[in-house]
Amino acid sequence: MDEHDEMIAADGHAVPDEHAAHNVAKHVRKYLLVGLTLITFTAITVFLSYVNFGTMKANVAVAMLVATFKAGLVAAIFMHLSNEKQLIYRILIFTAFFVLGLFFLTYLAWYDPVTR
Amino acid sequence: MEIPYTVTARPDTGLWNAKVGIWLFLASEVMLFGGLFSAYVFLRLDADPGAWPHGLLNVPVGTMNTAILIASSVTVVLAWAALKMRRYNAYWWYMLVTILCGVIFLVVKLAYEWPQKFEHFGAFIKKDKLEKYEKYLGNHHLAERGLPPRMEISGHLHNHEALHDANVKEYEIALDPVNADPTNPAMDRPHFLYVPATDKIATIEKEDVEYANMFLPKHSAYFASYFTITGLHGAHVLGGVLVFIYMWLPVSKKLYKRNPEHLANRVEVAGLFWHFVDLVWIFVFPLFYLL
Repeated sequence: MDEHDEMIAADGHAVPDEHAAHNVAKHVRKYLLVGLTLITFTAITVFLSYVNFGTMKANVAVAMLVATFKAGLVAAIFMHLSNEKQLIYRILIFTAFFVLGLFFLTYLAWYDPVTR
Repeated sequence: MEIPYTVTARPDTGLWNAKVGIWLFLASEVMLFGGLFSAYVFLRLDADPGAWPHGLLNVPVGTMNTAILIASSVTVVLAWAALKMRRYNAYWWYMLVTILCGVIFLVVKLAYEWPQKFEHFGAFIKKDKLEKYEKYLGNHHLAERGLPPRMEISGHLHNHEALHDANVKEYEIALDPVNADPTNPAMDRPHFLYVPATDKIATIEKEDVEYANMFLPKHSAYFASYFTITGLHGAHVLGGVLVFIYMWLPVSKKLYKRNPEHLANRVEVAGLFWHFVDLVWIFVFPLFYLL
């Protein structure tokens, strides 16, 4: 079959689409579990925000840690990033680099070599 | 024009074209929201002590909207899985639930949360007049506990003409609980449940006020970033809903009959966008509602 050959040619260990379709059924349970986990961790985030960790900065750090975990789950499972092609990762590495640069600009705004 | 590689992989990328396209688009979206979030970090870290408000948003409603968005992420991925297994009926139902979730999210935001803010009023007191309004601010109590001071008195504005009429010299506010009973330790931290304004009326002279307005974007850096980021996010939800409606209408069934894999790939790509919108909200919710 043409399609099949093409995909193998493109990527040595690519899975033909027909095979993937049969695998989808197995993933449905996983998607439901991830959804439940995300909702549970939303409740945990809300709860933790009413716990006093000493300083506001500590509370922000805890909340961002939970949010990053949740975002990671969405990206890895729902967006299939746990098992994606090279090219996508390459695009995202560039993106991560530049978005970190953006946040670094915020840091630079406080950098003052003259008066300090 | 026939677009190539809609269902088969392009030999050089190893991917069907739309997949590369959506990820490039999402990369630009990361930069768009990244810029706004970095502005948020800057504004917040640079705010004077006590100037960044806490507990102004309705947490149960925000939590519910978060759960709705997560549920819709699950249903859209199930819709895609149903297409992969060639179950169009299941796909149709999952898609309908996804669309409804998106609509509910938007209705809650636009018909309830935002208008409630527009009707709320806050006045920042001048630094040298804070003592005069101590009974509403409770700053001695806060200082004893090592907490940041309060500079704002908020609640429901009774005399709306005060906003425009220079002859009106004072604001009459039905106080929020935090200003009605500022030394109550229960007010030191935000409440989980929404607490409406009390019956207690305070009169604040305009000349003691640094700045006062309804809770509009121009009210403060907090509301400016809140409305900008949730507004842009809401626009994304609306865009996603419109695309999903198109994919749910009978016109898409024609594509399904002709080439089911093509429709599945379209749904996957729209789903990737939807998950990204969900992912942004996962950060918006704690940053604006909880912290």
